[in-house]
Amino acid sequence: MAAQIIESGTQAFNAVDVDPITLDLIENGLVNAREQMDAILFRTAMSPIIREQRDGFPVLTDREGRLHAGQFGSPVQGFLSLYDGSVEDGDVFLTSDPYACDGAVSHVNDWLVCMPVFYRGRVVNWSAMFGHQTDIGGKTPASMPVDSTDYYQEGIIIPPVKIISRGELQEDLLKLILHNCRIPEWNGADFNAIVAACRTGRNRCIEMCERFGVDVFTSALDSLLQRNHASMKQLIRDTVPEEKVHFEDYICDDALGMGPYRIACDMWREGDRMIFDFSGTDPQSIGCVNFLLSEQMFKMFCAQFMINMFDPDVLLNDGFFPLMEVRIPEGSLLKPIKPAALNGRTHAMGRIFDIISGLFGKSNPDYLCAAGFSSSPHFMFSGYDGGNKWFLLMQIGFGGVPGKPFGDGLDGHSLWPKFKNIPNEFLEAYFPIRVDRFESIADSGGAGLHRGGNGVRLEYCCLVAGTVSIHDDRWFTHPWGVKGGRPGARSSKVLVRADGSREVLAAKKDGIAVQPGDRIIFDTWGGGGWGDPLQRDLAAVQYDLESGLLTETGAREYGVVVDQQLQIDKPATEKLRASMAAERGECELFDFGGDVQQLRQRCQEETGLPAPRPPRFAEIGLAKLGADARTRIHSDKPE
Amino acid sequence: MSYRLGVDVGGTFTDLFLIDESSGAAVTAKVPSTPEDPSVGVLNGIAKVCRENNIAPGAVSHVMHGTTVATNAVLTGEGARVGLVVSRGYRQILHLARSWVPGGLGAWILFNKSRPMAPLKWTVEAQERIGADGEVVQPLDTESLRRELAVFGAAGVEAITVALFNAYTNGSHERLVRDIIQREFPHIAVSISSETVPELQEYERTITTVANSFVKPVVSRYIRNLQASLERQMGAVKLNILRSDGGLASADMAAEYPVNLLMSGPAGGVSGAVWIARQAGFEDIITFDMGGTSTDVALVQQGLAQVRRETTVGDVCVRASSVDVRTVGAGGGSIAHVPQLTKALRVGPKSAGAVPGPAAYNKGGELPTVTDANVALGYLPASARLGGDMQISREAACAAVQQIADAMGLPLMDAAEGIVRIVNENMFGALRLVSIEQGYDPRDFALMAFGGAGPLHANAVGKLLGSWPVIVPRGPGVLCASGDATTRVRDEASRTYIKLFAAIDSAELHSLLDELHQRAAATLDADGIARSEQQVSYQFDVRYAGQALEISVDFTLQELDSGGLAAIADKFDQLHEQFYTFKLDADKEIVNIRAIVEGKAAVVNASELERLPGDASRAVYAEENIYVNGSQSVAKIYDRGKLCSGDRIAGAAIVTEMDSTTLILPDHAGEIDRIGNILIRPVE
Repeated sequence: MAAQIIESGTQAFNAVDVDPITLDLIENGLVNAREQMDAILFRTAMSPIIREQRDGFPVLTDREGRLHAGQFGSPVQGFLSLYDGSVEDGDVFLTSDPYACDGAVSHVNDWLVCMPVFYRGRVVNWSAMFGHQTDIGGKTPASMPVDSTDYYQEGIIIPPVKIISRGELQEDLLKLILHNCRIPEWNGADFNAIVAACRTGRNRCIEMCERFGVDVFTSALDSLLQRNHASMKQLIRDTVPEEKVHFEDYICDDALGMGPYRIACDMWREGDRMIFDFSGTDPQSIGCVNFLLSEQMFKMFCAQFMINMFDPDVLLNDGFFPLMEVRIPEGSLLKPIKPAALNGRTHAMGRIFDIISGLFGKSNPDYLCAAGFSSSPHFMFSGYDGGNKWFLLMQIGFGGVPGKPFGDGLDGHSLWPKFKNIPNEFLEAYFPIRVDRFESIADSGGAGLHRGGNGVRLEYCCLVAGTVSIHDDRWFTHPWGVKGGRPGARSSKVLVRADGSREVLAAKKDGIAVQPGDRIIFDTWGGGGWGDPLQRDLAAVQYDLESGLLTETGAREYGVVVDQQLQIDKPATEKLRASMAAERGECELFDFGGDVQQLRQRCQEETGLPAPRPPRFAEIGLAKLGADARTRIHSDKPE
Repeated sequence: MSYRLGVDVGGTFTDLFLIDESSGAAVTAKVPSTPEDPSVGVLNGIAKVCRENNIAPGAVSHVMHGTTVATNAVLTGEGARVGLVVSRGYRQILHLARSWVPGGLGAWILFNKSRPMAPLKWTVEAQERIGADGEVVQPLDTESLRRELAVFGAAGVEAITVALFNAYTNGSHERLVRDIIQREFPHIAVSISSETVPELQEYERTITTVANSFVKPVVSRYIRNLQASLERQMGAVKLNILRSDGGLASADMAAEYPVNLLMSGPAGGVSGAVWIARQAGFEDIITFDMGGTSTDVALVQQGLAQVRRETTVGDVCVRASSVDVRTVGAGGGSIAHVPQLTKALRVGPKSAGAVPGPAAYNKGGELPTVTDANVALGYLPASARLGGDMQISREAACAAVQQIADAMGLPLMDAAEGIVRIVNENMFGALRLVSIEQGYDPRDFALMAFGGAGPLHANAVGKLLGSWPVIVPRGPGVLCASGDATTRVRDEASRTYIKLFAAIDSAELHSLLDELHQRAAATLDADGIARSEQQVSYQFDVRYAGQALEISVDFTLQELDSGGLAAIADKFDQLHEQFYTFKLDADKEIVNIRAIVEGKAAVVNASELERLPGDASRAVYAEENIYVNGSQSVAKIYDRGKLCSGDRIAGAAIVTEMDSTTLILPDHAGEIDRIGNILIRPVE
């Protein structure tokens, strides 16, 4: 199967020399085009998830679908190889099936729109964008049932379809899709917004063809690929060691009471190429926490991480892709076999950033950052407002940014680009809920020379009866610290009934019935600390104390003693720091806050929840991975 | 005889623009600025313009002034010590902001944030809560509040802001808190959010009110001093300050709500451009104000500048109306560099600033700037005076640009032209934001260039944009002063009113609009402007129910009465389609309503230029070799002071005057109009 592109033009694209200045002008034009696509989307989308939290991502590619602007890799090549039909001028394609686009979108809530850009009858580019739809039907509001066991339970799945054919919207098709969604007006408006954004990208490409000439424009795209290739080649040679670096981390549980799931990766260099090998990763889950990791996306993440240090203005494109090889075993948590459930993929996706941070940091300790707010915890509340109007609130939480070589992690900020929180006054004006507390949690950032950012506490008070769902992680394992920095505090959720009784909630849970006056205290986790806390500048400690970001107890982690007015007692502090340093000895590079065995033992006492049971993996994954994986898992997990 | 005077205080010069109110004739003057106390320069200038034109200072009845005092206080962080009172559970509202980290993936690694304008240690929580419907959920605990307030006394705060949750629906708790603070600290100014900006969104409302408190002491001190100095020299005189939205405010209102002045400087430029353009017969223009470190652009349609409901200064974004000026962090001083890794040419965001400045100025700068590229290419000739005394070294400029040429393996001149093209491209990006991105075709607009570097780049930028003619007015400093003097007194009042169109009760709406009208008009009343001289218009911020950004729809009461809400809904649909390429069949809702009251504009005529026999060659005083489009050519250099109305200058040419230099490219020609503007158009 492959898409057939029907072009009315026959003129060949001629490779011409592009002077370096024109090249920079065209690169600039692509950056602008991407920003304009974002601007249009955020202004016109209707769901708070896209328009306030900005969960939508633009892509511009060349004729072959190679990425030229965008953060998550190109969805177009996957689409072109898997779509069985024609592509004509004026067509627009829509899909939400991760398995049908090579993981370009990672759960069925993401709607991906792809639009070919025709110039004089020939395809010159693709303009694409995906956005997170709040609800797409299925068994639970917001379409992320934590107990799902295949992706058919997660709402309507849209295969790659031609939603606009030669400029004509296929209204029946759209009607069919929207009919399966709980808030069709949001889906409809957000779909329109995504298409409008893609049109903006398309128009910018056409303008560049007009302005520079199509031969110069397409040749420049090729040159930009080469420039990226050359830059990354040098960067890889200079910064990546040939010996293997290994790093592993966990997602805590699978909502079925089992966990943790290991994600492990080896990284090394062979000549000019980097290899990433995920063979130590656990098999796929029978539950919802699988993550279909797109190799392209992973390459983009890694390259972005590297390039940030050296020329942040570079517009990353596909050019360097041949320099990276990503090996993900089929049947593992990161390459599950269809129809494995995917809706809880946000945790593994976030954890990938901690893995990248750990791998590059280990090979290049100058740039090592601590573990951060590597997830997007979801809070969902639905029900009937005033008896007849159904509502659905979905909110993504933020937490502590990691301590880093260049300073403290921010308190309660987003690790994802563009994301913003939804104003609480907006929530209260439109939903039957009150947000009685919105603050960062003192002491929750890991202590360090540069401390981790604090997690966030949101205290919701439900004003009507309804149902709450939660997706969260890092309640069992710690956000780790580095170079002597301490781990950040873990997440927790507590339900306080109107009568005062309290219940600790599991991290991933649907169907929590609430009554008016019930409260949910939602604590996200802090960032890990960076560097030795006993060396932290006392003025910085004093600032945190006065600002209420650190308490007297928290100050002890820094070896700091304070008086009743929270002023630092310098002589006592010096003494305490000296004795703590002597007692502690050398700092380890990583502080995970204990191994899995120790975490299990302390779990009930520290978190109020039972420790997760060792996972029972999906048979299909085990079969695919082979006997080796089975043996390894059994030796790892003695229970 | 009575006169009104516009004053613009720039970094180097203070410009004055004096209008005879009976004849509409205007004269100008220029004196050096006095940065330690700007009012000294202002008074010097007034003395000069009065002396030179034989006018008694006492005959000046109005002084109109655009100021950057508020802007600078925010940019340098040197404002008041502000204390903040928030609702229970919201102490960290400014600290958490909107949880946003600017930049792309991984940008958090390098991002460190500045501390809040009201420090956390001076932020206290009031034990109270108002619900979204305006009902009191928890009454204010006055006892605990009094205890908490003690921290303000100990810290010596200079201003206090009260910003309580949901106060946009009910300001009673804020007023109670204010009463208590005023009893405890009778000498400290208190701002409350339900008066400063009664609109939904707690962070935006809080930061706006805090920013107001932060700049208030420094702005009111400045305005009081200026007013007193003016009165000493001129007797009774009315001082007006230019607001960010291009309207004038009385000195008292400006001092009370200085958050409305954050864009006062750029607004003066835009107002001046509007006035000059109208004199020259153009109603639709895009302004292009390129300075040393940044460039401001704005779109003007039918003589009206677009106004936006937010103002951004540095990393502070507040809810206050301002002329929709987009700023790019690139100007003449922007430094070009070639990162080792990619060998790409980047211009900015770092700037050489005034010190050490571009290499060509011989003040210690060695890094190649946009100005150096212009000098190397011959666009900015050594004979250009740059405000009088600055020496320009082409040799030093070439040496600096050579660093780029070497890094890229390009000939010197190609590297220099590359720098200019990249920076023009950045300008193009900003101009596109205010035009194409808002649904306007830039080919329908003229481009008006000013600022120190604007006229040098305008011809090339006009070419990218297709905006003709490119208009270069005389004297860029005077432009702002004329803007200050020719704009209108203005105030507005607004409130949040979230209602679906279908649910709007017409009587209630009319009474609310009337209330807003009275509130806004009171300011003009106090300024002595009779109601018959006042013009009122209204604005709804409308959106599709549940959508993000509102679009402001302007209308008059007559339009509302004759067409009803349906007419406004239609207008909204049209605007939505223009801005975003589609409209929806969805319910619409009002979010905010607003009344805008304006006084009458002064009738002022720009002075006309003489028409002399002969042609433009009388103004030629030198020639220069310039490099353009990859080849050498010769450009004549003209002295702008000797050009006359009707003269025509063929490109390539350079026109110099005291504080700016204009480049006319080959295949283009400049024509001097009746009032001395250069109108550049391509030659057919």
